[in-house]
Parts: sequence; C-alpha cells; structure tokens
Amino acid sequence: MRVAENLNAALHGLMEHDPTVHLLGEDVADPYGGAFKITRGLSTRFPERVLTTPISENAITGVAAGLALAGDGAVVEMMFGDFAALAFDQLVNFAAKSVSMYGSRVPMRMVLRCPVGGGRGYGPTHSQSLQKHFVGVPGLALYETSPFRDNAEVFAEMLQRAEPCVLFEDKVLYTRAMYEVEPPFALRAQGAVAEVSLPGERPDCVVVAGGGVAHRVLAAMRTLLVEEDVLCTLLVPSRLYPVELELPEVDRVFVVEEGTAGGTWGAEVAHVLHTRHWSRLSGPVTLIHSADSVIPTAAHLERDVLVGAEAVHRTILETLRA
Amino acid sequence: MSVSIWERSHASGQVSAVGPSDDDLTQLLTIRAFERKLLDLFERGMLNGTTHTCLGQEYVPVALEPLLRPADHVFSNHRGHGHYLARHRDPEGLLAEIMGRRGAVCGGVGGSQHIRRDRYLSTGVQGESLPVACGVTLHLKRAEPGALACVYIGDGTFGEGGVYEALNLAALWQLPLLVVVENNGIAQSTPTARNMAGTIAGRAAAFGIAHLRTDSVDLDAIRTLLAPAVAAVRQGRPLVAEFATHRLGPHSKGDDTRGAEEIAAAHAADWYPRYAAADPERFARLDAAARARIDAVAADVTGREPA
Ligand SMILES: Cc1ncc(C[n+]2csc(CCOP(=O)(O)OP(=O)(O)O)c2C)c(N)n1
Ligand SMILES: [Mg+2]
Repeated sequence: MRVAENLNAALHGLMEHDPTVHLLGEDVADPYGGAFKITRGLSTRFPERVLTTPISENAITGVAAGLALAGDGAVVEMMFGDFAALAFDQLVNFAAKSVSMYGSRVPMRMVLRCPVGGGRGYGPTHSQSLQKHFVGVPGLALYETSPFRDNAEVFAEMLQRAEPCVLFEDKVLYTRAMYEVEPPFALRAQGAVAEVSLPGERPDCVVVAGGGVAHRVLAAMRTLLVEEDVLCTLLVPSRLYPVELELPEVDRVFVVEEGTAGGTWGAEVAHVLHTRHWSRLSGPVTLIHSADSVIPTAAHLERDVLVGAEAVHRTILETLRA
Repeated sequence: MSVSIWERSHASGQVSAVGPSDDDLTQLLTIRAFERKLLDLFERGMLNGTTHTCLGQEYVPVALEPLLRPADHVFSNHRGHGHYLARHRDPEGLLAEIMGRRGAVCGGVGGSQHIRRDRYLSTGVQGESLPVACGVTLHLKRAEPGALACVYIGDGTFGEGGVYEALNLAALWQLPLLVVVENNGIAQSTPTARNMAGTIAGRAAAFGIAHLRTDSVDLDAIRTLLAPAVAAVRQGRPLVAEFATHRLGPHSKGDDTRGAEEIAAAHAADWYPRYAAADPERFARLDAAARARIDAVAADVTGREPA
C-alpha cells in the first residue's frame, strides 16, 4: 500500500468511526478528491460532513476551530502546506490559544493537513516545508507523515490529544510504499518513533529525520555502509513537536529535514538532545537541511537547494571523520 | 441622517407609555456603572494591562438579549464587557477576571478581551471570530436546528479579509449567523471615512445577505425591528444588523484623539440622558442602585486574593 492510499484509508476509517468528524478543504470533493487525491471517495460516502470550500484558508481553519469548539472533530486540508501561512492567525492565535487561554482546558479536536516539500518542480511558493514556523506554539502539536507509521494511528492520536495538530505530509511520500525498507536494513520499530537499523549491530551514529526525508537518509545510510563501513540507525518520530526521543547508545547524532536553513526543527531537536544527553555525546548534534534559499523551479536548481542523499552522506562522513 | 426611532416616536408623542422595564434599565445602568468603575480603577492605578469600555454602546447587547436564547452562541470582541454582562449578569466574575482575582471567569488568564463562559466567547484579534462562528453554526445547523451564533464586530473590523471569507461561507452554506456591527464611526483613532470605502450595507448586499441598520437607542424599537430578521437567521438566513452608535469614551484609556466637538456629538447621542429625561424618578432610583451594586462588587473584588 502506498502512503497516499494509507492516508486515504485512515480518513475513511476516521470518518466512519467518529460521526462528529468533518473534513474541509479546497477541491476535496469527488470526483476530484483533492489536489493529491488523498480525500478520494470521502465526499461520496459522507456528503454531509465533507465540505469542499472556497479558496479561504483563514476561514476554513476558523470553521474547523468552530466545529471543534462545538465538540466536533475537524480535519482541514491545505491544498499546499505553503498556504498554511494564510491560516496562521486562526491556528496560532485562536485554535491553539483556546486550549488554555480561557483558564480551563478547552478540548480542540482539529487537524490541519499540509502537503509539503519539493522535488516536483512546483517552485518557490508550492514546495516549502514550513514545519519550523509552527514549532513552539503552546497548545499546538506537530506531526509528520512517515512511511513507517499507519496514519490511522496518527489521526487517532492527534484527535485524542484534543488540541490542534498540524500534519505535514511530504508530497514525495504519496507514491512511496508503506513499511518498505531494503535489506540489510530492517524496520525494527514502528509507531511513535520508528527505527530502521542493521539488526544486531551497534551503530556509529543516529540519524533523526522526519518521514519525508526518510528515503533520502536510507539511501545515504546504504552508501555509507557499503562504501565507508559507517553504520547509522535512523529514527523517524511521528510527532515532531513537542520533541520526545529516546536515544540508543551512541555518541553522535544528526538531524535531517527538508526545511531551509535558519530556526529549524532540527535546532529544537538538538536542544532537547543536548539538554538530556550532553555528557555522552562526543560532539554537538549536526543539523542537515536545505540551503538558505527559496526553492527554485528548474529541476537542476531545485536539486542544488533541497537536502538530498549525497549531502546527508557527505555531512555524516565528514563529521565522523573530522 | 436618519432620525432615530426613539426620537421620532417622541416627536410624534408615541413613545411607549411603559418605557424600558426596570430590568432593562437596570442592565443598561449596571453596564454603564461597571465601565465607569473600570476607568476609575485605572486612574487609581488599580488595573493592570488595558481595557476597552463600551460606554455609549451599552444598549446594543441589552436590546439583543431577549432575542437570543440560552442555546445561542455569542462571540464578542475587545469591547465586550457589555456583551458579557448582558448575557451573564456577572459583574463579579468579570471584574475578578480583569483584576486577576479569585472568582475570575477564566482564572485571570484571558483578562478583559478573552472571556469564555458556556456559549459566550470573546477574543482580541479583529475579525477572527466570524470564521469560528461559521464553524459553530455549521454544527448548530445540524445538531441543534433553530439555534444561532451572534457575532459582535466593529466598523473597523471590516478591514479584515477573514470577515469576507466568513460572510461568503455564511451565505453559501445558509448558516444561522447574526453579525451585529457596532458602527461607532471610529476604529481606535481612525474615522470610518478614512478606512472604509463603500458601506456595510453594500458589503452585505454583495453576498446576498440581509442587512438592517438602526440608529435608535430605544430597546423596544430595536427589538421590533430585528425580531423577524433574527427569526429568519434561525432558519439559515444570515443577517448583518448594523447599529449606528457612539463611543463616548477613549478607545482604551486616555487615548481619545477626537476633537471636543466630535466627543460632544457622541454625548449628545447618548441613551443615558434621554432615558433619564423620559422617567427621571425611576431612572435616578435604578441608577443609584446599579452604582451601589458596582461599588460593592468593586470593594469586594479588589479585596480578594489573586486568582
Ligand atoms: C487583527 C488586529 N489588528 C489590530 C488590532 C488592534 N485593535 C484593537 S481594537 C482596534 C480598533 C477596532 O475598531 P472597530 O472594529 O471599529 O471596533 P471599536 O474599537 O470601534 O469598537 C484595533 C485596531 C487587533 N486587536 N486585531
Ligand atoms: Mg468602531
């Protein structure tokens, strides 16, 4: 099953089992089923609760917050995660605030789904990974789709939190298979933090990465192992923020993400790991991310900016050998 | 300029012999006394932060209250004390909230602009509540048909894009949304003429949404005017109800940039002297009682420990 189908199945299951859940977004209705087809079939099955909306990211995020205030659950699809900038006020100043600003906890069951990432030539305003802009908002939890965790579980967990959540879905994952890892590496743990490693071997380092760049990290792990005899373990947390990570016994950690340089999610992960594990690390956590640049449209220019397997390989090797 | 219904009925000798009920008058006067008390506490350095009083606009929520039902939601804004007091009659809880004392409605976290109690909610970001109210009314339409959401906004808030996104959705989805516009002719320091092209009526018309406008301060006249349209809101026909009103005081505190003439005009339109003149004895009695109550509330709340 591909990630897109897994997401679609998760939404079907969610709407079937929770009759309060509404889904809103631009062009989400059948036969179109959303720009990336993730909502396919939902409007046919649940016509009352699936609303195709005007191009109004601010309002539909507010509508989701209103549904949540009234006790319903709501899932909003941003056609492109870049447009979450237009929903920022509703999300940050209303939905997330409402959880605690009225003095007692107000449950807010809502999820903003954001297709993110480049590699498809969509250009500077349709390719970003804006995770970093949402880090550190009280009452707002961040998740990222991964090929190693069933999205049904992710949605159940997000709604269970009863606070607004953003789910970042890297678009390159949509056509990737779930749970697929090529030997000799194996998927050793699924769930909240997935682990991909070489069974029975002690790794030289740990690479922490969001689900969207997992395959790029795995490609680097393969060349590092084959060409350089460097062994990495990959950890893919389903929830990006708040950060919660258990480190295996290593003294070197890398964080990989597609977001561009500056104020990154990785910096937050590094801070948490430094605070907790400083004494056992032999150097600071190394951040690997895209360049400090807009994301160009032309394939060769885009490749130069976005984080890729070679950059991961090179940085890990240089750091370990330094 | 249209003549207020209240003035008109006076002029033609048709003012209702009964006038406002004791309860209505008490509500009006309690809100006025509350807001005056706040400015007084501020001047004496006893309040923290900021506040926006509804002096001059008290009659708007008081007029609306009997048109609303317990199941209805009310969304308020930065100038929301009157909205809250008309709905919940709870000056103790509100003052405690504003002062961060025991008994605060929201534990002192929200303060003047962020209040939630039952189905009443206010927030301090302009235009934010209209989309939220669309979500609530979407729920109501299905789960509790007949209930509505009433959203108070000011004239200046029509500068926010979210307002138009929400009006579009309300019309499109036939939501039971009542938008109450308190058009006091000014937004902070900027007169409406300098921040709004066109009219509020024109905006409502653009979405095919019903619009009513009144400059009356007569509770009965306002209720009579609005009742049928509010009933229609409950059937999924949204309404923009525009009150041409007047802000007597500063935007928040000590920040009134208007000229003396303009402020005098606002005072000339105030409901307070008119109601006083219409029934001086009863008015004076109820006013004294309302002030005494608010004095007592303030004495009580200021003596309380922190929330
Ligand atoms: C999004 C946003 N921008 C600016 C402000 C600051 N602000 C608070 S009240 C106000 C004026 C609002 O004017 P209006 O809507 O006419 O309401 P009034 O104060 O006259 O009751 C402004 C600019 C705000 N609270 N929210
Ligand atoms: Mg105004």
